[in-house]
Formats: sequence, C-alpha cells, structure tokens
Amino acid sequence: MSGVHAAPFVQPASFEFTPESLEQVNRHIAKYPKGRQQSAVMPLLDIAQRQNGGWLPEAAIRVIGELLGMPYIRVYEVASFYTMYNLVPVGRHFVQVCTTTPCWLRGSDQVMDACRQSLGVRNGQTSADGQFTLLEVECLGACVNAPMMQIGDDFYEDLDADSTRRILDDLKAGRAPTPGPQIDRVNAAPVGGPTTLKETA
Amino acid sequence: MPTLTIDGKEVTVAQGTTVLQACEVAGVEVPRFCYHERLSIAGNCRMCLVEQEKAPKPIASCAMPAADNMVIHTNTPQVKKAREGVMEFLLINHPLDCPICDQGGECDLQDQSIAYGKGASRFHENKRAVKEKYMGPLIKTVMTRCIHCTRCVRFAEEVAGVEEIGAIGRGEHMEITTYLEQAMTSELSGNVIDLCPVGALTSKPYAFTARSWELEKVESVDVHDAVGSNIRVDFRGKEVMRVLPRLNEDINQEWISDKTRFAYDGLKRNRLDRPYVRENGKLREATWAEAFAAIAARVNGLPGGKIAAIAGDLADLEAMAALKDLMANLGSANIDCRQDGAKLDASVRASYLFNSTIAGIDKADALLIVGSNPRIEAPIINARIRQRWLNGGFRIGVIGERPELTYDYDYLGAGPGTLGEVASGGHSFADVLRGAKNPMIIVGQGALTRADGAAVLAAAREIAETYGMIGEGWNGFNVLHTAASRVGGLDLGFVPGEGGLDVGGILAGAESGAVEVVYLLHADELDTSKLDKAFVIYQGSHGDNGVKHADVILPGAAYTEKNATWINTEGRVQLGNRAVFPPGDAREDWTIIRALSEVLTGGKLPYDNLGALRRRIAAALPHATAVDDIVSAEWGSFGEAGPLGDAPFASTVTQHYLTNPICRASYTMAECHAVIEPAHEGTGTHG
Amino acid sequence: MLADQDRIFTNLYGLHSPYLDGAKARGDWDGTAALIANGQDWIITQVKESGLRGRGGAGFPTGLKMSFMPKESDGRPSYLVVNADEGEPGTCKDREIMRHDPHKLVEGCLIAGYAMRAVAAYIYIRGEFFREAENLQRAIDEAYESGLIGANACGTGYRFDVYVHRGMGAYICGEETALIESLEGKKGQPRLKPPFPANMGVWGCPTTVSNVESIAVIPTILRRGATWFSGIGRPNNTGTKLFCISGHVNKPCTVEEAMSVPLRELIEKHCGGVRGGWANLLAVIPGGSSVPVLPKAICDDVLMDFDALKAVQSGLGTAAVIVMDKSTDIVKAIARLSKFYMHESCGQCTPCREGTGWMWRVMDRLVRGEAEVPEIDLLQEVTKQVEGHTICALGDAAAWPIQGLIRHFRPELETRIAAYKNAQVQAA
Repeated sequence: MSGVHAAPFVQPASFEFTPESLEQVNRHIAKYPKGRQQSAVMPLLDIAQRQNGGWLPEAAIRVIGELLGMPYIRVYEVASFYTMYNLVPVGRHFVQVCTTTPCWLRGSDQVMDACRQSLGVRNGQTSADGQFTLLEVECLGACVNAPMMQIGDDFYEDLDADSTRRILDDLKAGRAPTPGPQIDRVNAAPVGGPTTLKETA
Repeated sequence: MPTLTIDGKEVTVAQGTTVLQACEVAGVEVPRFCYHERLSIAGNCRMCLVEQEKAPKPIASCAMPAADNMVIHTNTPQVKKAREGVMEFLLINHPLDCPICDQGGECDLQDQSIAYGKGASRFHENKRAVKEKYMGPLIKTVMTRCIHCTRCVRFAEEVAGVEEIGAIGRGEHMEITTYLEQAMTSELSGNVIDLCPVGALTSKPYAFTARSWELEKVESVDVHDAVGSNIRVDFRGKEVMRVLPRLNEDINQEWISDKTRFAYDGLKRNRLDRPYVRENGKLREATWAEAFAAIAARVNGLPGGKIAAIAGDLADLEAMAALKDLMANLGSANIDCRQDGAKLDASVRASYLFNSTIAGIDKADALLIVGSNPRIEAPIINARIRQRWLNGGFRIGVIGERPELTYDYDYLGAGPGTLGEVASGGHSFADVLRGAKNPMIIVGQGALTRADGAAVLAAAREIAETYGMIGEGWNGFNVLHTAASRVGGLDLGFVPGEGGLDVGGILAGAESGAVEVVYLLHADELDTSKLDKAFVIYQGSHGDNGVKHADVILPGAAYTEKNATWINTEGRVQLGNRAVFPPGDAREDWTIIRALSEVLTGGKLPYDNLGALRRRIAAALPHATAVDDIVSAEWGSFGEAGPLGDAPFASTVTQHYLTNPICRASYTMAECHAVIEPAHEGTGTHG
Repeated sequence: MLADQDRIFTNLYGLHSPYLDGAKARGDWDGTAALIANGQDWIITQVKESGLRGRGGAGFPTGLKMSFMPKESDGRPSYLVVNADEGEPGTCKDREIMRHDPHKLVEGCLIAGYAMRAVAAYIYIRGEFFREAENLQRAIDEAYESGLIGANACGTGYRFDVYVHRGMGAYICGEETALIESLEGKKGQPRLKPPFPANMGVWGCPTTVSNVESIAVIPTILRRGATWFSGIGRPNNTGTKLFCISGHVNKPCTVEEAMSVPLRELIEKHCGGVRGGWANLLAVIPGGSSVPVLPKAICDDVLMDFDALKAVQSGLGTAAVIVMDKSTDIVKAIARLSKFYMHESCGQCTPCREGTGWMWRVMDRLVRGEAEVPEIDLLQEVTKQVEGHTICALGDAAAWPIQGLIRHFRPELETRIAAYKNAQVQAA
C-alpha cells in the first residue's frame, strides 16, 4: 500500500483479466511448483494493477483470491503490505522521488521542490487533471546516481531542479524523456569516465 | 528426551518441547502475550525472552526447541531488562484506558505491567490511534489497544478454519481486521475475545454492563447443543451477565460456541414467570394452586392411555425422571423424549452414544459422516474434527448435504443409496474405512428422523461392524445428538412403554382425540398445531412454540437457574449448577412435577429433595452417579434392517442460531442469524 | 589498486552488450559443463577455499552455507534463491550486475545450484528494478534458448531452471526468511529460526538464499582458481568487491576493488575525492545505512573489509559507502535513516514495530534540538531495548546508526539542544 492520498473515488464493482493479462497470469503461475500457486499472488496483483491504469481495485483482490484459491484477507494482506500496490487511483505518470539519505545528501529536497512547483501538488497528491501523482519514497537503489526519481518503470538519475522540471515538462507535452543519468555520465561510472576497465573499454 | 538446566534446576522434557514449556515443567513462569498452547507459534511479542548460555542474544523461549545441555536463565538482569523493554514498547502506544476497558481486571497486559512495567512513561510523543473495526454482532473492537499478538488471526485460521482475520499494512501501521470489515462467519468467533490478551477484542453484548470483579461465578454445563461444553456462568444479583468457557480437555478444550457464549440474553426475555390457565379460550395469570387444580380437574379420572408426555431438548435429567414417575402413576405408557421423532433405540445404550468420545476423535484415522452437519450441530466437535484433520492422515467422507465444513472431505453422495453402497463395500470410500486402524462414523439426527430411520441406523451399525469400528479399546460408532436432554432421556427410558405411543403417535392421537392430555416438558420443537384439540400442559421457561396451544402453563427454570444433571452426546454425566433463581414464580422443574403429583391420582412422588430424587435415579441408572465420567456402553444389536428410502439426508438444524427457546428469545442470536447465516449462503473463497 | 585483469565484472558500466554475445566475449559460459563435471564437492570446496564471504551484508562464508544443504534428498527438492532485493540505502551494486552482466548471475545460479543439488533458482529482484528484471529475464531466456540452462543444462544432463520473481516494495524482503515468505505469496515477515532455510526454506524445502554478487562471482572463482581469489585482500577478507560510493564525493560511482582497500584510497582513486577535499570530510557510513557512522578520524586510515570495520564498531555490510562532508547536518542524515527503518519495519514483532517509530520521533525532534539532554540517553537506551530483541536484524539495523551518531557526535546533539533552548528564551 503506497502512501498516495486519494480524492473520493469509486471502486469498480467487478474486475476481469483481459486475455492478454490472462496469458501473463498463466505464465507466472507456471513458474511455481504445483500446489504453490499462491506464490504468484504478487505478480498477479501487479498485472491487475497495470491493466487497471496503475492502481489495484478491490474487485481484483477478490478475483485473484478466487483464481489462486486464497482467502481474500490473505490477498489483501499482501496488497496492503507492499508499497508498490496502489489501493487508490494514481495519475498517468506516477512520480516517485527518493529522499532517503544518499539522495538527500545530493539534493533530493530540490528535486521534490521542483516537482511540487511544476505539478502544483503536495507529497502524496494527484494533479487535478489526473496526469501526475507525486510521492516521496524510500531508497530506490540507484544511490551512486543520486538524486533520482522513478516515473512509471523508469529511473531518472543525477537530477537537479532544472533537469527535474525539464523531464516533467516533457511528460506534460507528451514527449518521452530519456531515462538514466541526466548529466554527462555513463550509468554508474564516475563522471568523466571510468577509472577502471579502461583496457576493455 | 533433552535434559536442560533452567535457573539451576535440571529438567528432562519430551522431544519437541519448547524452552518455554520446559520452563513451566521446571516451575518457572515465563510471561507471554502471543504464545498460546493451542495455536501455532508466532514469536512476535518478544515478552518471553530468556537468556541461553553461549547464545549471542536473548532467545524467544516460546519458539526455541529445548535441546540437550542448554543452560537457560530467566532471572538475570539481562532478561529482566529485555522484558521491561518489551513491556515499555507495548505500552507506549497503548491508550492505558483501563478504567473504561472491559478487559480491566482480567487483562494480561495489565497484570504483566505490574511485574515488568515502569512507574512512569518515558514516551513523550503522540500515541497512535487506530480506528475501530466492525467484526460482526459479537466482537467489539478497540483497536488502539491491540498489541498485534495475532492470536485472533491464528485462531481464525487454525481452529475456526475461517481465514477471515488478518493483519493489513505494515510496521506501526499494521492493523488487525476482517476482510473489508465483514462479520466473522465462524460459530466459534467469540473465542477470540478470550484469546485477546488485551482489551482490543471484547464482547459486544457484554460491553460496559459489568466489571469482572463484581461478578459472582458458578461452574456449569452448556445446554445449547448435545456437547455439554463446560462453562462458567458469571452473574450479578438476579442476572446472568456473561458465559465463559471452562477448560475440559475431553470435551470443549477451552473453546465454546458463540451460541453457548452469547445466547444468555435470551434468559431475560420472553420468560414464563408465573403460571397461566386458559379460560374461555384465553390464557390468564394464575396461582400455582389454580394451575394445579385445573390440571387435576382434567386429568384425574382419565384413563392413562389418554394421557401423554413429551420431553423436549432442554429438559434436565431430574425433571424427566420425575415426569416419567408421574406418568407411571397416571398409568400412561405414552412418553417420549425423542421430540424430533428420531428412530433411536433406547434399549441398547451404545446405539445412541458418541461412543468414540470427543477426545477419541484425536485417535481416529478415517471418518464417515452421515446426515449431519457437525459445524452447525456441534461446532465444538467440528473444531475437534478439524484439529484432527490438520494433523494429517484423516480422510473424511460425507453422505448427505454438501455442508460448508472447515476441512476437506470426499463427498460420497446424498442419501441412503450411497450409505448402502458403503455398507456393501461397493463404494471406494469403503476401502478407506477398511484400511483405517480407528475408523469412525458419525450419524446425525438428519439420518434418523425419517421414516426409514431405523433402517438407516441398522445400515450404520452394519458399516461399523463391517469396517472394524467396533473393537478392543475402540468404538467408532457415533451418534451426534443436537439436544442436551436426549441421551439422558434415552438413558432414563423416557420412551413409550408397553403399548405406548411415541411422539408421532402422541401427536396423531391428539389430533384424532385418542389422546386427550399432553404434557410438554420443555418441548418446543414440535408441530404444536396438532395439539389444538388436546388439553396441553406446558412446562418450560419461555413463551415459545410450546405454549401456543397450552391450557395450563407451569413456569420452569432455565439451565442457569437450577441444579440439574445433563448427559451429553458421549454419555458423559455432568452437573449443571444454579447461578441465579428462576424469575418470578418459576421453579426448578422437578419440584413442579413433585408438587403437581400431590393433587393427581397416584399420589405424591416419593422424593422431597434433590438428593432423594438423584438417589432414585441412581438406583435405575448406576452410571448417573459417575459425574464427569463416561461409562462405556456395551455393543449390541439395534436398528431394524429394512428398505431404505430415496430422500437425501438433510441436517435437522437449518437455523443454527435459533435452535431452542433461549436462542429464539435472544436479540444477539437474532442478529447473528440475520448477519452471519446469509454469509454462508454465498460461499466464495472464504477458506 | 586492483588490476583490470583481476576484475570480475567487466561490463559494470554497461559499455558492452549485456546479453549472451557480449557475455560470451567476456568469458562467461566458457567451459561451464567442465566445471560442473568436477562435481558438487569440488565446487563447494573451491568456494570455501576462495574465502568468499556473503556479499549481501552479513558476510557469512558462502561455501560453508552451500555445504549446509542436504547431500541426499528426502523426497523434497532443494532450491537456490538469489537475493536481488537490493534495498539497503546506499547500495546499488547488484543492479549493475543484473542490468549489465546478467549472464554472470545466471551461470552462477546454475553452478551454485548444481553444487547444492537444487532443482531451480528463483531470483527475487526488487520490484522497482523493472528494467533490470527485463534484462535479467532476457538473459535467462537466452540461456534457455542456448541450452545453457533448462532440461539439459550445458549438455550435462542436469536439469536446472531459473526464474525471476519480482518484489513489490518492501525492504524487509532482503531478509532471507522474509524473502522466502514473500516468494510463497505472503507478507514479507521474517520467520523464526530455527528451522533454518537449509532445512525448511521455500515451500518447506531445503533452500539457500544468497546475494546476487556472491553467486555471480562463483563461475569466475572456479575458472581462475580459489587461490587467485583468496590472494586478493586480507586473510578472512578475500577477493574483489563491488563498492558503491555515494554522497559528498566529486564523482559518485560503483567500482570493483580489492577487498581491504583503504577507504581513503577508494574515495580518492575512483570518486575524485571528497567534495572540498579530504579535510572537508565529516563522516562516512561505510557499509550501507545499517552500519554505524564513522567520523573522519577513523576514516583516515580504515580498511574496507569485514574485520577492519568491525574493529571500529561498524561493518562492511553491503560495501555501500555514504560520504558526508562538513556541510552535512549529520543529525538529519541519521534521522532520515530512522524514518526509513520505521517505514520498512514489517510490524510483526514488538520492539521493532514500536521502537522504530519511537526512535524516529525522538530523532526528528533532535534535528531541531527540541529535546532535553537526558533524552539522548533515553534514545540510546531505546536502541538497546530494540537491538538483539527482535526476530530479524532490522531492529539492529535501525538501532546501530543512532548508536553510531551518539557515540561519535554527542556534542553536536547537545549543542543543538542548547541552541534550541536559547532561541526559545530569546523569543520569549
């Protein structure tokens, strides 16, 4: 359960996996030994969430419970335990800014400020047009490229206020910003080029 | 058998014992919140930390298996510090609202804080507040008090077999709830109230009605089904305030059903608190003398064959014995305790007992259920079956309806046809029974209250004999009763004498006029419309079905209002004890019959006190003195081989929460009936 | 400095193809069948002799752990579970393996899995590493297609499957038994031990849970020999290691270095030094957020390995080096970690559920100085009430950073409290 605050919203009464989703569902269930299909609950919740525009409706919890033979409360426990499940609607672009110490040391406050200003929302809120949800999150595991944020499935790294704004502006304008480091740098190598592996480079 | 040292004392314990249990063997008390003997080990509260020599940090004694040469210390400064630390953590976000908490006075947290609590709080932050959660009509929640021990979660999953409670969220935001705050659908849900070590889950009906220390307590026996669960009745003045379980490993362990626990408000409503007589078609209040006179006027001089008596589900042994004597005095052989018409055979005791005993379920390795839904007929026995099933190696076959049970079973078929197949060995489940060491059969009243009931009983006996259920030290033939009175009535021989009429005959006779007087003793589960023409004497506690056509009403006592003997479905004799006096003019039942006898032909019954009556019963029923015990019954021939019908078996209990006059007078049971019973109809994946 | 030819992760920066062609060019999958042909005992012995200690934080000898697995099945299959739930703040090394050198991990799974007689490996990768999981899955697909894993892995006749299981946002799933619970489709709440996973792990079967880096280095160790690996670093602290240096350095990066490299050398050689120069250094958290912070004086000459950092009351942890210069509000830096642990506590056991929140709230006030001096001791006591009393190590991990702060920066806390009081007095 993520920390997103929701405006009043309606839970759909029912949920159904699309044929494409069902294909994925079956692929995931097949990964686990027979009789251990409960192991697939996390991927199934993720598939449902992706199919449903980034958030997990209650009806999907029941559908998945039926599918895997799990009591609803057990599915709900899982959905409420892991932060990547959104039990309330989120914007089309889910902006998650890491503010844990390694990112904070390198300016995540400025990144958050830039997001707040650019999107006109506070932490945990969704913009009025439903396009953006902003959320401060814990360490995303890209600390040598701090500060960083995740939008959708992609990491945007080595940010400052300007690059943050530029990325958000691109998204607003329907452009696709390039993920990865936003400064002149290759992945996790030091700025200016690797100090090692030069012979193989 | 590991030997270990605990606080300098050497103890040897069974393999698989935990350090905490070993401490108990050594006489060392270890504080705990999450640990419970009957639940799986969670190890989450950390209150039971002890020091183990050579271990780098304190160990949770509840979870650590005892091992040879372990050296355990429970009284070191380190242990004390650890426990005080845990206690402090448990208290920082606890509201400390003991003065307004129903758990006050019987709260583990309160008790243990005396030993391990600091005098003052060092926590200067805001306390966490958690919203209450709806869990149904029985359980009141104050979730801010919850210490997250998860006993309730484990009980629901493991014992009750309904996975409906969980802990959602995580960290300090973890909250205990049912799915979407729906009512818990277990017949055993109230046990979470006892299990909750704090005041998070308390009794909703009992809320704010009493403090535990102002209640008087009486140990007694439950009558809402035929299990005979051991209970404690807590009362204040004239009022029963609550009912709690008493530990009895052989019967209910430490659980009771919700009906046992919560139907007590029905003791206060719709009570018959004075005699009534019918005059000009209308019942009017009367004195005891007037009521007796009205009976005498109708009965005296009437041939015995025109008089009949039926003992219902809540009749105690003493009252039935007295009524039987009275009927003999009146020359009537028309008596029957089989109110539901079950074709039970009173002549062979083993034919109507739960012979394996309830605890014997633990030893069984295969089970055939015929015409019974144990979950609603006897939730405690159902839980025992589930417990056995969880241990594995226990195949269960069901013939009858497809009930929503709390264990997996092979559904064999609906009716007598399938029973015949199993009996003849033509069904695959016969191999399961044949391969078992201690197979058992449970025959429900749904299989016996039918025209072919005696033939069904015979077929069940054949199965028992064919598949080795009857042997040295093992009798797996079990009849599951639903009425607390039934075995006592059968033991007494409260069945038609020579040429006498059974229940069906009595009702038919009443309709035809052959029977003119019918005495109903706590008998309400009858088609009383058939009694329209007869002169009906109703003796009982509630203005329920039995009074509809009554001409004289004699107000009796409910089970909490009398000292009485009850014999459960196993044949176990148990004593119920009076907590409060019957309301108004109502009296203990046997005394009413004894008093009535003085004005009737045949003269007064030869006992003036309970002791004398019990001695008389004991003369006929030696086992009635073996209180709390079971005298095992000898096997014999019973049932009547004959054609079996086609109709499927169906449980006799259709409305679990409304089975007797007490339940039907209970608002709490009415609410359970309204909220919980529909939940069982749409059965999703609930467990 | 470690020579390039001694580096294992030669595509650390993703300059080359991470896929099978590139992997093969870097020497992966070279003679794997022959390595397997040497047998289970040989593999485990080699790993033991290499001195490899687990790269996930605890530093338990990897070969020894592998040897705990049953040699003969009692009917239950055995599993290798790879812990790719990289979530310790400061740590981002496994990410580089999975996105740029995934075949090293897949090959490692096969070899280590074979050595422990496992039927399959489940790689539990944190859910936020979506692209990394994609790359890893592609590598696995390639390996299946090429017969490197699957029904007849590398032509050895051994059947071995590799699956990816994505987490969904829970740091606690990096704890091995919480990870197993999660893999079984439950909340990630750590289990009580015993039983240990080697006896009762995932689905009740014998299981070994190992970190990505630990598994990914095994093929190279076997190819180059245990003595090659054990010759790097110091005794008991051998081999190469991925370090992630974040925070106030001029050029943060992930780099593979020799174990026992001096901290200062690590920072100055690979990261362009501390921002403002070494003299501007305030403190370093040397092994990921869980380990106690070290003030500059210790950083000057401490070596980056298990034993050296233990000796200064800290730890190597995941070798994630978080550098803080003198501009840092050290109280706030540690308070932010307290918030992290509060957020990530699973809530199962009392000291962690209640203690992490208490500690953070006091820390949060200390950031502003809004506290009394005795509350520093209270805080210290609370950390001691949590430490060692919980089911898993998260409680310890939440306690240690605060203990490190109090140990080395108590005057800073007291100064701040005094300043707050002064400001209050002046305002009144």
